[in-house]
Amino acid sequence: MTDVERKDHASSREPLLSVRGLSKRFGGLQALEDVSFDLHPGEILGLLGPNGAGKTTCFNMISGMFSPTAGRIFFDGTDTTGVSPAEMARRGVGRTFQIVRPFPSLSVLENVSVSLGLRRYGSLGCLLGRWGTRSVREEAREILASVGLADLASRRAGLLPLGNLRRLELARALALRPKLLLLDETFSGLRAEEIRQMELHVRGVRDAGVGVLLIEHNMKVAMALSERIVVLDHGRKLAEGTGAEVAADPRVVEAYLGKGASGHA
Amino acid sequence: MSYLVTLGIFISIHAIVACGLNVIVGYAGQISLGHAAFFGIGAYAAALLATRGDLSFWAALPLVLLITATAGLLLGLPSLRVREDFLAITTIGINFIVESLFLYVSFFGGALGIGNIPRIVLFGERLKGPTFLALCLFFLALALLISWGFTRSWAGLACFALRDDEGAAASMGVSPVRFKLLAFVLGTTFAGLGGALYAHHMRFVSASDFGFPVSVMLLSMVVLGGMGSLWGPVLGALILGVLPEIFRPLTEYRLLLYATLLLLMIRFQPGGLLGPGSLARKLFSFRRKGGEVS
Repeated sequence: MTDVERKDHASSREPLLSVRGLSKRFGGLQALEDVSFDLHPGEILGLLGPNGAGKTTCFNMISGMFSPTAGRIFFDGTDTTGVSPAEMARRGVGRTFQIVRPFPSLSVLENVSVSLGLRRYGSLGCLLGRWGTRSVREEAREILASVGLADLASRRAGLLPLGNLRRLELARALALRPKLLLLDETFSGLRAEEIRQMELHVRGVRDAGVGVLLIEHNMKVAMALSERIVVLDHGRKLAEGTGAEVAADPRVVEAYLGKGASGHA
Repeated sequence: MSYLVTLGIFISIHAIVACGLNVIVGYAGQISLGHAAFFGIGAYAAALLATRGDLSFWAALPLVLLITATAGLLLGLPSLRVREDFLAITTIGINFIVESLFLYVSFFGGALGIGNIPRIVLFGERLKGPTFLALCLFFLALALLISWGFTRSWAGLACFALRDDEGAAASMGVSPVRFKLLAFVLGTTFAGLGGALYAHHMRFVSASDFGFPVSVMLLSMVVLGGMGSLWGPVLGALILGVLPEIFRPLTEYRLLLYATLLLLMIRFQPGGLLGPGSLARKLFSFRRKGGEVS
């Protein structure tokens, strides 16, 4: 599939995620103000911006951790504003965290197994069904293999280095079989080789029809991966477009490099 | 002989109650310093049903468990919305409130407590001494079996995830309130079972048997044995049951002993005697690997 075809394919469908006029205020701080964008299935949308621009706040509202002060979030055809994180996971949103949050006392395999229980946590079956069965372990192992962690399955997650933890978080999110994947700086702190591998994983997920929303500090990575980019600054949407369009926007250059820099860019 | 049997009865009852606390603290990671309240609710429920309700232990037991589970649900619901240190303080509060209700409400016998609790009858025989100990050990085995089953269930895995990172667990479909409450109710039900056995063993209950120091003792048992390990609470109950008997002349210093033990454990063996990274585990795995150092 070429990029042009994919774009047509994506825009012909209903958006997977629609964010409309989203605002969040923490006390006196306006963290996010009137932000709107759409994301289609099988699309990678980059969410860029300097530190404190409101990117993670935006993620936390989409995944249900915070309720917005104003605005609405539509996911998969329904209004999901203010729905709990656990419920959002059930509806098909998987996420990673900017500062990795593994379950440190559990093994890598057990970490992924937690996600595999998704369909059972809502019913009484969670008391009777067992998680250590062969089929669950095999499923977890398969997902770990897909991100290259199969060898470390029995290792305690708390003992892993950052690169492996980022892959573990991706594996946990993928084990939810999400329709939407939120990646919060999944590439940061990784070595060049690890970044290349992670890019392959993310492209693979996108090609399977999952919508990917990506927060990224590494401009090169973000430009290479994202079909479209939304730039936030001080909680507001500054620009939206393809990587080239956004990079040429003087307001974006100014937000990143300061006033006067646009002349040199 | 009968002295050892009585000691065994106390240890196994405390082990059952500590197993319940282990579900709450060890598996779900929710600190509770008020577990004795539920031990007491079970004991008073059993005492009242036996003396005023004229029910046999066996007929009353399901009711006792239901009552403690309901109390756990009602008191857990508001408590579990706060975190860690606040939860510790809230549960201490619950302990004092429940103790003073037993003490000051005449329905619960007031300062006199409730006496004349009949012995448990099984197969036409009134259980006392060794036979009562056998019954306690049977229920302890049952508690361990249920604990073990819980750790193997999806609900158990959900609790482990919650204990390690609540936010991450929620983003993977684990509803924090639901599973904290589930662990709390299961743990308080174990306490109810222990309470019922206690009432029928002592044949007399009074409020001071279920005060805050008892909660501290129960938590010490769990921490000493190893939070989150299956046999930890049993080992903790055994050690803290036997030690005061050996050092009987030092009874006045019992609390000092608990405090010193807790401090030493947290400094040198934070995972408890049977927890991960403990000396016992290391020794065991050392032997299993045939002396190879990994």
